[in-house]
Amino acid sequence: MAFRLVGKDFTPPDIHAKVTGKAKYAEDFRADGMVFVKTLPSPMPHAEVKSIDVSKAKKMPGVVGVLLPSEVKQPKDAGHAILTSYPVFVGQPIMAIAATTEQQAEDAIEAVKVDLKPLPFCIDPLDSLKPGGPNANKGGNVANRRKIKLQEIKWTGKDFALAGDDQMPMGKEAFGWSFGDIDAGFKKAKVVVEKSFVSAANAHHALEPRSAAAYWENGKCTVWGSTQSSSFAVPSLAKYIGISPAKLNFVSEYCGGGFGGKAYSYPIMALPALMSKKLNGRPVMMRVSREEEFFNGSARAGFQGWVKIGFDGKGKVVALDSYVVQDNGSTSGFWDFQNFGMASSVILQPKAMRFRGVPVLTNTPPKGAQRGPGENQTANILEPLLDDAARQLKMDRLDLRLANTPGGGQGGKIGPKQAPLTSAYLKEGLEQAAKKFGYADRIKKSGKQDNGKIRSVGIGQAYHAAGYNGWDGMVRITPDGKLHVHTGVGNLGTYSYASTSRVAAEVLGYNWDNVVIERGGTLKAMPFVIGQFGSNTSFTMTRTNYAAGMAAKQKLLEIGANMMGGKAGDYKLDNEKVVAKKGGKSVTFAQAAKQAIKLGGKYDGHELDKDLKGLTKLAAKQITGTGLVAAAKDKIPKKGVVPALAAAFIEIELDPETGKVEVLDYMGVADVGQVLHPQGLDAQIRGSAVMGFGLAAMERYVYDPEYGRPNAKGLYQAKPPTYLDVPAKLGSHAVTGANDPQNPVGAKGVGEPIQGAASSAYLSAVSEAMGGHLFNRVPVVADMIVNALAKQPQSHKPLQTNCQ
Amino acid sequence: MTDVMHSFDLFAPASIEEAAKLLDKHGKEAWIIAGGKDSFDWFKDRHKRPSAVIDITGLKKLHGVSDKGDYIAIGALSTLSEIEESSVLKKNFPLLVEAAGRVASPQIRNAGTLGGNVAQDTRCTYYRDGFPCYRAGGNTCYANTPTAMNREHALFDAVRCVAVTPSDTGPVLVALEAEMVISRNGKTRTVSAEKFFIGPAIDITRMTVLEKGDILTEIRLPKKWAGAKQYFEKVADREAWDFALVNIAMVAKVSGGKVSDVRMACGGVQCTPRRLTNVESLMKGEKVGSEMETLAKRVAARGAKALNYNHFKIPLMGSLAARAVRSLA
Repeated sequence: MAFRLVGKDFTPPDIHAKVTGKAKYAEDFRADGMVFVKTLPSPMPHAEVKSIDVSKAKKMPGVVGVLLPSEVKQPKDAGHAILTSYPVFVGQPIMAIAATTEQQAEDAIEAVKVDLKPLPFCIDPLDSLKPGGPNANKGGNVANRRKIKLQEIKWTGKDFALAGDDQMPMGKEAFGWSFGDIDAGFKKAKVVVEKSFVSAANAHHALEPRSAAAYWENGKCTVWGSTQSSSFAVPSLAKYIGISPAKLNFVSEYCGGGFGGKAYSYPIMALPALMSKKLNGRPVMMRVSREEEFFNGSARAGFQGWVKIGFDGKGKVVALDSYVVQDNGSTSGFWDFQNFGMASSVILQPKAMRFRGVPVLTNTPPKGAQRGPGENQTANILEPLLDDAARQLKMDRLDLRLANTPGGGQGGKIGPKQAPLTSAYLKEGLEQAAKKFGYADRIKKSGKQDNGKIRSVGIGQAYHAAGYNGWDGMVRITPDGKLHVHTGVGNLGTYSYASTSRVAAEVLGYNWDNVVIERGGTLKAMPFVIGQFGSNTSFTMTRTNYAAGMAAKQKLLEIGANMMGGKAGDYKLDNEKVVAKKGGKSVTFAQAAKQAIKLGGKYDGHELDKDLKGLTKLAAKQITGTGLVAAAKDKIPKKGVVPALAAAFIEIELDPETGKVEVLDYMGVADVGQVLHPQGLDAQIRGSAVMGFGLAAMERYVYDPEYGRPNAKGLYQAKPPTYLDVPAKLGSHAVTGANDPQNPVGAKGVGEPIQGAASSAYLSAVSEAMGGHLFNRVPVVADMIVNALAKQPQSHKPLQTNCQ
Repeated sequence: MTDVMHSFDLFAPASIEEAAKLLDKHGKEAWIIAGGKDSFDWFKDRHKRPSAVIDITGLKKLHGVSDKGDYIAIGALSTLSEIEESSVLKKNFPLLVEAAGRVASPQIRNAGTLGGNVAQDTRCTYYRDGFPCYRAGGNTCYANTPTAMNREHALFDAVRCVAVTPSDTGPVLVALEAEMVISRNGKTRTVSAEKFFIGPAIDITRMTVLEKGDILTEIRLPKKWAGAKQYFEKVADREAWDFALVNIAMVAKVSGGKVSDVRMACGGVQCTPRRLTNVESLMKGEKVGSEMETLAKRVAARGAKALNYNHFKIPLMGSLAARAVRSLA
């Protein structure tokens, strides 16, 4: 399909404000009479608040309000509280004080006396699973927001004894599935790789902390917040505040990084609104510090696990068995561990497989989805093991991957039901990127020492589900002829709000200069769409905008018939006009928009499709009668799971004396079907490579088991990569000829797996440089490399977690 | 935690005399800042709350690098970026230029001073987190438990405190036999860099000889080592905005393939920059070569007492010492 807008570079409309600093993030807003709120963090990892004495604090200068946990709705089970009298991690906010200045608020917080009763706490999930081990929550030690209620699971002493030293024990699971005959598979396998492993947690560390501000006016609450998802955040934030979504005016124009940690709303976002309500609507600002962001934000779940993979003589995976214990954090967390099963089943397409897992609560900050939650940990563990199998089979490492990975478009399967993938071209991606990267030449020199340093090549692959259907799109043509694409897509840094909006313009044949994107808050009349997480936006929102565009097109054709006679079918759209196919009579879109207002009914938003979501209808009412309004639900057929797939090649140089690794070259490849925005995709691939290198080798998440406190909260301690840690040039490539047949423009996303591809390629290369040494642990930090090469024991115990 | 500083009076004296008066007046409550890169962390976390903050960046005499004939004088307020760009230093002491260029990040180096880099407090996470440890005036070390996270902590001379010097320029100044000029109440005294840094056995609450009322005004680098062979290397997890896991500085004179004189010091391994006297002594009078490298590697960390998670620093010290030796070839 030839496109005019899709697949072409453009300048997203918010770039100027971002570059010049005019962009307003939540923290930048001010209002008359604004006061500042600060919270009192728990100094203990697990405790009960016996009493809170605010008598002295209330008398402090400038103090205007106090909010106690008893005044805030408390979640059930292992939910995440806004304020709590039962802290389950160090840093959890207990109560809040508002004052005229931030300094006064903090001074008053220091004057609060809290009597805490310490409770036993848990930092390592395996400790909690031991007989008599500590529970991180008084209601149990196992929970997950997907399908697993708060409960207690303890393994037996025998379970631990059976595992032997340093091997993963595997007691009762909380979740599991299988397909095929794994025993038979392992029997016929030529090579079996079996390893216990650890994948560390790591905090999101978004550059913009989750500051928020709020005020009330005429019964309506306005909140300025930082989120990835503008419309999807609305109902959940309204719920935290205790109002209906119709009473919430939400502003989220910019988001300084989320990575899953700001997927939509979150408890602390509601705090200024709740404080403001108590102050009769006075504006309240909550500026979140870097350290508070560590605690109030979230982190990727840690894994302790075991995997066994059987390969036949050609490198094909014939059986896979796996078990993951997830460090679930202190709340119901995210289902990363379940994604280990799904991701393994996609990347390796095994003939038989079993997955089991248990998510265990720890007294650490809540764990939440982080870019490729579970899938990227999986990639990091599996890819070096694929290299190991290739070495044992004396196969080329790329060939072994090509023997397994899904390609050719159709035929790929996923999960216990072996459901179909909508399209998969990862095999082609590996082949195309291998050529671009010069794999054949580089692999010959891989693992060899040159000038004291070892050069090596790594390969990585990763998967994430990438698209949904059934959500709403909405466009409007105003009497000035402009197309307004209303979008609920958040501005999370990928510019997907703009690139997906262009599909509506494409359908209507609009010149981009005549298109306005309405975004960034409820006042902009946002249709209700699923959030900007899970790499889904490209697939999902091109569909909604296509649907809205097509609905607008139909209305334009009907208005053409109404104005010029005949039937809708007698007309076509051309250069922002409705033109008669015969004779060439025409009306402009501007004239059609005016006519839409005259006609009313379904043309200007007075009558809406019954299938639309409630919030979309609410949004449509805001613009009813202002032009041609087309709101439509995506009813385009969809069958199967949309896979975001990515692969990467990397060349590194490892200094065996210092353990330092330098990335020399990188090529990331994305199976995204039709590219929506080439520059955007390139930035996505390169940015996620940087984040991936951090995940693989730099970012630290450390808890002291004696005190249950973190040792790496700040950016200089947690160490996300800097510009100087990556090469100036990072290559990117989109698989050609790989359109997804279930998307109207052939597109799908890739935001998450492209990080896992980078991180796993990095780890694959480090292992290769060290002669195939397997750490079975992520991250591989410099001290681990130094210890391994010095042939001295590692500092950590094999299954120890939260220690790097 | 809070990112909200406490209230304090801010003074900006225009002369050393004025600064001295302020220091005298405010006594223990006085706190000197220049670049502020160490201080602001303490203030924002509210773990240190001096009531009188004296910003000395207006003391013009304390800026700049100049050649004084026998020595190079560096004003303590010279920024690390100025050190990086100084042609006098590039010519005479490139290892200081290199070390200054590896401190923190370019932005921090634009504000951070050489004086601040050597006078900064340790980065022990327990201490910086506000634990009331010995160093903070308490009566225990929270980083000295069987399960403590000691990856960044000391290998040597951990006397009730396991913290290490975080400075990249400190080992260089020790190697170069720098003299530190300190002003107090209008009088100046000079202390060798080696004695400037002090360990917990001398005073557990300080990292240097500087006491309240002292101002570090100048760093003098004697020409003795100008033009000698020089080596600096820093190993950190990241290439920017990171403290050294281990760093090393060496100056050496080689004639006829033999080492006639050498000084070598490591940072990140004890509370002060550690002279590698074992290595120095085996090098002196000996021929540069692979045997020297092997021996340097063998003895560099001799006497190290590893804590949890930090025994990797032992081979790392050895490797860095060997690389320093290798650079002489």
